[in-house]
Amino acid sequence: MTITSVPLPAEAPQAAPAQNLAAPDIAALGLRESATFDRATIADIQRAAATGVYDIRGWGAKRKVPHFDDLLFLGASMSRYPLEGYREKCDTDVVLGDRHATRPLHLQTPVTIAGMSFGALSANAKEALGRGASEVGTSTTTGDGGMTPEERGQSKHLVYQYLPSRYGMNPDDLRKADAIEIVLGQGAKPGGGGMLLGQKITERVAGMRTLPVGIDQRSASRHPDWTGPDDLEIKIGELREITDWKTPIYVKIGASRPYYDTALAVKSGADVVVLDGMQGGTAATQQVFIENVGIPTLAAIPQAVQALQELGVHRTVQLIVSGGIRTGADVAKAMALGADAVAIGTAALIALGDNDPRYAAEYSALGSAAGFYDDFQDGRDPAGITTQDPELSGRLDPVAAGHRLANYLRVLTMEAQTIARACGKSHLRNLEPEDLVALTIETSAMARVPLAGTSWIPGVQGSF
Amino acid sequence: MVTLTAPEAPAVDVLKETTVDLAASTVRELNQAIHNAEDGQAWTVTNPGGKHSLAVGINAGIAVTIDGHAGYYAAGMHQKGDVTINGNAGVGLAENIMSGTVHVRGDASQSAAATGHGGLVVIDGNAGARCGISMKGVDIVVGGNIGHMSAFMAQAGRLVVCGDAGDALGDSIYEARIYVKGTVASLGADCIEKPLREEHLTELAELLAAAGRTDNPAHFKRYGSARNLYHFSVHNSTSY
Repeated sequence: MTITSVPLPAEAPQAAPAQNLAAPDIAALGLRESATFDRATIADIQRAAATGVYDIRGWGAKRKVPHFDDLLFLGASMSRYPLEGYREKCDTDVVLGDRHATRPLHLQTPVTIAGMSFGALSANAKEALGRGASEVGTSTTTGDGGMTPEERGQSKHLVYQYLPSRYGMNPDDLRKADAIEIVLGQGAKPGGGGMLLGQKITERVAGMRTLPVGIDQRSASRHPDWTGPDDLEIKIGELREITDWKTPIYVKIGASRPYYDTALAVKSGADVVVLDGMQGGTAATQQVFIENVGIPTLAAIPQAVQALQELGVHRTVQLIVSGGIRTGADVAKAMALGADAVAIGTAALIALGDNDPRYAAEYSALGSAAGFYDDFQDGRDPAGITTQDPELSGRLDPVAAGHRLANYLRVLTMEAQTIARACGKSHLRNLEPEDLVALTIETSAMARVPLAGTSWIPGVQGSF
Repeated sequence: MVTLTAPEAPAVDVLKETTVDLAASTVRELNQAIHNAEDGQAWTVTNPGGKHSLAVGINAGIAVTIDGHAGYYAAGMHQKGDVTINGNAGVGLAENIMSGTVHVRGDASQSAAATGHGGLVVIDGNAGARCGISMKGVDIVVGGNIGHMSAFMAQAGRLVVCGDAGDALGDSIYEARIYVKGTVASLGADCIEKPLREEHLTELAELLAAAGRTDNPAHFKRYGSARNLYHFSVHNSTSY
C-alpha cells in the first residue's frame, strides 16, 4: 500500500509493520481499537494526507465477504451412495467452447489459469504459469500486454485476451491462440481500465505496448470499436471470420450484474462466459475500487447459472468462475453451483512463490510482510513475480516454479475429486446445488442453497 | 529422406480477377476464399449490401475491391495488400490494421482505423467519432471532417485531416501526431498545438501524396501531446 509515483515527504508516516504491537500488549494496556477507525484505516488517512494520492495496490478485495467457506457438502450415506475413494473413477476433464468453434479446448482438469499480463508479471513468471498449466493439461491466459513467445512456447493451451487497450494485438497471435477471451471487465474492478505504473514499463514492455518507456500507463475501460451487446455480436462475428470459426470465443465479465451480462454474452454469441468475482486479483488498481465495486464470487454464480438455464444453454455455453478459489473444496463448490470450470490467479502466484516467508526481511524493508505484500504495482517484488527488474525476476526459476504450480493444480483437482466421490459423483461436473447447504443466512440467500439443518432458502418461495 | 514433389500449380490464375457476388455467396465463403488466396491475386466483391466483417484478416498481398457499401469492421485486422471500398464503410473500418492500405471512397463511421498498428487508411469523405482511437502506428488520411474524441489515447502514427476536427481531439494522447487543415472544435486533455517544422512538412507531404491528395502541407496545423499526464500526480486531478 505504498505509493511510489509520488515521493513520500520526509515527515510522512512510514507504512507500519503489519504487527507492530502484539495483541497481549494491547490488552495489558487496556487499549481499545475502534472498529470504524481501525489501524489500517488510520494509516490510510495518514497516507492520503501525506501524499495527496489515492492508494494503488495489487491483489483483490481484502475485506471479508460471504464466500465458499460458508458452504458445506452433504456427503452420501443412506439415500445417496458414495464412490470408493481409491477405487472408483471420478473424471475431471472439461470441453470448453464447442458451441460454435470447430476447435474447442479439451482440458484434463477444470482448474485453469486466469489472465495476467506480461508487464504486470515477469517473463519468468509467465513462463512458469505456462509450464505448470501444461504439465497438468490445463490452459493459461495472456493479459493486457500481448502474447510473449515464452508463454506461447510453454503453454499447451493458451487463451489470448482481447482487451480494450489492444496492446500488442495482432492477427498472427490471434490465429496462434487456442481460445480468444474478450474482456469486458474483471472482478477486482468492474468498469475500470488497466493500469501499469512507470517503474514496470521497461523497454520490452513499452515496445510490446507501443508506449514510451517509464510512463504511467493507463488503459481504456471501454473497447474502442464496439459498445453494447448488439455491437459485441458483430465483433464476435469478425473474430470468428478472421480465425475461420476454429477458435473458441470467451467473454469475460467482472461480477456486478451477472444475470444480465451472462444473458447478453450468450445472445452475442459467446462460446464460454468467464465470471470474475470481487475477490479476483489485479496487478494495480485503486484500493477504493477493489474494495467497493463489484459483488462476491459466491453471489454472482447463481445469477449467471440462472441466465444460462433460462436460455437453455447451461453446459452448452460453459461457465468459468474465478475470484477467491483457493482449495479443491472451493473448486467443488463453484462447480456444484453450476460452473463448468474455474480459474485461479492469486493462488497461482502464491504457488509460484509469491509472499514466501523466506523473503521476510525484504518484505519488511518494503514496509510490508510475507502474507501481506500487495504492492504488485511498484515492481519491487522480492519473489521476482510482479516485477520487470532483471535481478529480482531472475530469482524465479520458471521450471521449479512451474512444478510447484503443477503440484498445486494436482492437489486442487484431487481435493475436488475427494469431495465429489463422497457425494457419489463420477465426474466433477455432476456436482449439483443439492449437494450443498449454507452455514449462514446470507450465504444461503446468495448461493440459493438451504440453510444447514433446514430446507429454508431466504427469498425462494415455497422453501420453509 | 523423403522425396518432395513440386506442389501443383494454384487453381486460380494469378492474372485473372475473381469476382464474389454477395447476393449469391456468403461472407464466410468470401473470407475463406481470400484467406486461401495467394499474393498477386485481384478480387472484386459485388453486392456487399452493407454486410459486416467483409475482407477481414487478409494475410496475403492481394487487391480487394468492394463495389458498394460495407458494414462494421470492413478490412478488420488487415495485414497485407490493398482493399478499396467504392462506397461508405461502417463502424471500425480497418480496425487494428497492421500494414497494407485500405481506401474508402465515401465516408467512414466511428472508430475508423481504431488501434491500428501500421499501414495506411485513406478516407476520401468524412469520418465519424473516435477516428484513430488508440492508434498504435497506423497512418490515417481523411479528406473531409472527423468527429469528436478522435485520436483518443492515440499512441503512435499520424492522423491527417483535410477538413475540420470535432470536440476533444487527441484526448489523453501519447506520441501520435495529428495534422488538421481546418478548424478544431476543441482539444482534449493534454493535447496541444505544436510547431509545424520542416520535418513535419516533409512527412505531411508524403502522407498526402500517398493518399492521392494535392492539399498544401503548409496550410495544416500540428497537434500532439503536452506530456503533462504521463505520470500520476495529485496536481493533475482537475485535468481529467
